This record gives sequence, C-alpha cells and structure tokens, in this order.
Amino acid sequence: MGKRTIVPFGPQHPALPEPVHLDLELDGETVVRAVPSIGYVHRGLEKLVETRDYQQMTYIMERVCGICSMGHGYGYVNAVEGLMGVEVPDRAKVLRVVFHELSRVHSHLLWLGLLADGMGFDSLFMQCWRIREKVLDVFETVTGGRVIVSYCRIGGVACDLTPEHISMILKVCDEVEKEMDWVRRVFFLDSSVRNRLIGVGQISKDEMVELCGVGPTARGSGVDNDARSADEAYQALGFEPILYDEGDCYARCKVRVDEVSQSIELIRKALGDLPEGEWRVPVKGNPPAGQFAFRVEQPRGEAYYYVKGNGTKFLDRARVRTPTNINIPTMTRMLQGCGMQDVSMIIITIDPCISCTER
Amino acid sequence: MFQEQRFKKLSPEAVPGKAEELKAEGYRMVQICGITGEGSTELVYSFDKDHSLVNYNVTVPFGTVVKSITPTYWAAFVYENEIHDLFDVEFEDSQLDYKGNFFRTSTKTPWKGPEAKEAERWERER
Repeated sequence: MGKRTIVPFGPQHPALPEPVHLDLELDGETVVRAVPSIGYVHRGLEKLVETRDYQQMTYIMERVCGICSMGHGYGYVNAVEGLMGVEVPDRAKVLRVVFHELSRVHSHLLWLGLLADGMGFDSLFMQCWRIREKVLDVFETVTGGRVIVSYCRIGGVACDLTPEHISMILKVCDEVEKEMDWVRRVFFLDSSVRNRLIGVGQISKDEMVELCGVGPTARGSGVDNDARSADEAYQALGFEPILYDEGDCYARCKVRVDEVSQSIELIRKALGDLPEGEWRVPVKGNPPAGQFAFRVEQPRGEAYYYVKGNGTKFLDRARVRTPTNINIPTMTRMLQGCGMQDVSMIIITIDPCISCTER
Repeated sequence: MFQEQRFKKLSPEAVPGKAEELKAEGYRMVQICGITGEGSTELVYSFDKDHSLVNYNVTVPFGTVVKSITPTYWAAFVYENEIHDLFDVEFEDSQLDYKGNFFRTSTKTPWKGPEAKEAERWERER
C-alpha cells in the first residue's frame, strides 16, 4: 500500500461551479475516502421566515437558487396551499407543470454544457448553452425574468399564457427538439464522451437505495423515486420515469439527455389539453396552526418542503431539503476507489447545487 | 387533491428503534428538520416508501442528547451535523461526526441564546 495523502479539493476549483470542500484521502492516485464540508454560501434564507410573512417568503424561496428557482416556488406555494387548504384552479396546475418542465429543459441543458466543459469539449458546451437561451427567451417574454421567473403565486400563477405565448413555447419546443437530436448523437455516440464517462463513478442500485439518493443521479442506477409519478398533474399526462441501470457517469448523462425530450413531450401534451377558466384564486387570511409537507421533482431530484403555521401571517418554519443535500452521501460513495483524474467528472454528474443545499 | 399527510409523534428515545423498523420495511429516509421552540428543539424525521411519506415529530428538550440514526441510515449524517451546527442538538453514536465543522459559516453557530443575539447585533452594525 502506498503512502496516504490528503488532498484538499475546493471550495475554489475550476471544476466546481459552486463552493464545496472535499478532503480527498489518496492512496497513490486512487481516492480511498472523500469527506465533504459545506457552509461557504449559507445565507440563512430559512431563518428569514421570522421576519417575512408567508406571501413574502414565496419570493425568498424562489431565490434559494437561480437554476431551480421555478421548482422552489412551485414547492413552497404548494406546501402553503396545502396548509391553508387552498384549491388551485386546474388551469394554474397545468401552467405550473409547463413552466416546471421548461425549467427542467434549461437546467438539464445547463448541466450538459457544464459536463462538456468539464471534459474540455468546449464546442459542445457552447452549443448546449446556446440552445438553452431559447428557453430563457420564453421565460423573459412571459414573466419578464430570465433567471428568477417568479411565476408561482399562492393560489395560482403570476399571469396567464396568451395564444401568442403558447405559439412561442411550442415553436421553441420544436426547435429545441430538433437541436437535441444532434446533441443526443454527440453525447451518446462520440468516443471522447464515452471514454470519459463509461464505467466512471459507478454506484449500484442497492447502494443507491441504501444511501437514499434522488433524481437523475438515482435514476441512472435504476432507482425509481421520481416524485412526478405521484403527482396527479403528471399522472394525467401519462408520465413514466426514465431509468438506466448502469449506475455510472454515462448513465446519469443519458437520463438527463432523455429527460429533455421527455419534458418537451410533457409540455406539448399539457398545452394541448390546457383547461379553460381561472388561473388564480384570491387567498385571504393567515395560515392556520399546523404543518404540511410537500415534495416536488426538481431537475436535480426530489425536493422536500415543510411549513409550520401558527395562525399569524408569519410561519414558524419553512424548510427546504434540496436534492443535492441527499446526494452528497452518494457522491462520497461514488468517489471511493476512483482515480484522482475522475473526481471532477463524478462531482459534476450529481449536478451539485450548493446554493440550494446551504440555503 | 393534496399530497397525503402523515405526522406522528415520537419520543427522542424511540428514534433509533423506529428508524430500524422503517428500514426493515423498506422505507427511504427523506430528511430531518430542526425547529427551535420554547425550551426545546423539535425534530421532524421524514421517510418514504412507494411515494408515500411519513413524518415523525420529536420534541427534544434543550441539552438532551439524541441517538444518531446513521448506523441505520448512513446518509443521515448530513442532517444530523447540520442540526448540530445550526440548532445545537447533540447526536451520539454518529457514524460521521464533524464535531461542529460541517457548516463552515463566517458567523459563529448555533444561532440561539446570547451568542445569537450578539451575532445578529454584529450583522446589523456591520
């Protein structure tokens, strides 16, 4: 056995989009153990619940993360609506699904770009991000925001979609789908991508279940815990989760590539059967004393929202458990036994969002 | 239709046993959450099986040590260390104890008691 060395990895590292620290214990070039620590971007957003009322907290929650902004708004308003017993109009439910899936498309394209960038495939990186811009254009046209879309409101959504908006979304879906054919071919067939990802960071289905992993990270190991399967709005669209069994970086990449196409199909179905009627109901009064938990499948995986009311306009607690939070243990397991050269690829393939994790 | 809500009460001593029982039944650990109350911290343990969520409310008086569930659900170290660092709840028999170094915040934690007031004053005056 060679001499063991501890190599500090991060919080500032070219492979990390956000700051997380890992102590990598190496035996030669092989990682024996990885110990993560976080806290570099902890902003205390949950603590703001003490000084912001339940309506204002919607805007705070949307700012937990720029990429998952729509998902955080979606999860929080559903939790508060559940606590208050607010029945949201069917049209608003479907509009939320449309925006949530658009958000998944742009998040996965962002991630595919980061993966390509991580392996030094710069033209692929730029193509993925160029395609992603089309979705951000939709966000800007409908809501005025490209990053924080602020679309969900307690009781419905911020604005209805006009026929022009729907035409634009469907046109963007067609364009993204067409471009994804090329992207899919590169990610699935190019030897430089395959050589870099196949067999790297492998984790079995049993290990994934043991470590309670979520999202595309878990689905790449064949674990079906996609929260959309239990969501009535998605059930109505005939949603089926995408699973791969290999459990390596390549499988996690394939899940996300396929989910972009799946999201486009879900958006088309949702807009094709958009219910008529109200898109928002007025919400009066304060949340009652009680608690409510809600789960939503964000692009990175299942997120858990918990709210506790006390009869005033201030909640006692608004909690977010984000997908990266629970995927940190799976990442440390994937790193065990890998070569030092694969560490950055493995970290990227769990699509870590440290802002989300630390809140 | 809202997602099904199942909240049950549990004593701090019963936590490890319940975790073992749920693990044997095939439940996945979803999260642990801390809530600061008057003289106690409330912990909410959540588990899932086949998209059905069950939550356990555990009231922990200040100063009480809770048995870690990491021997059963190793991934719980993330939540237990976070709750230790931010809510000052001690967990014993942890499989991965950071001893207060999991959240590397610039402001001293945990945020309760006189130290929290001092930190808040410092933040305001900064």
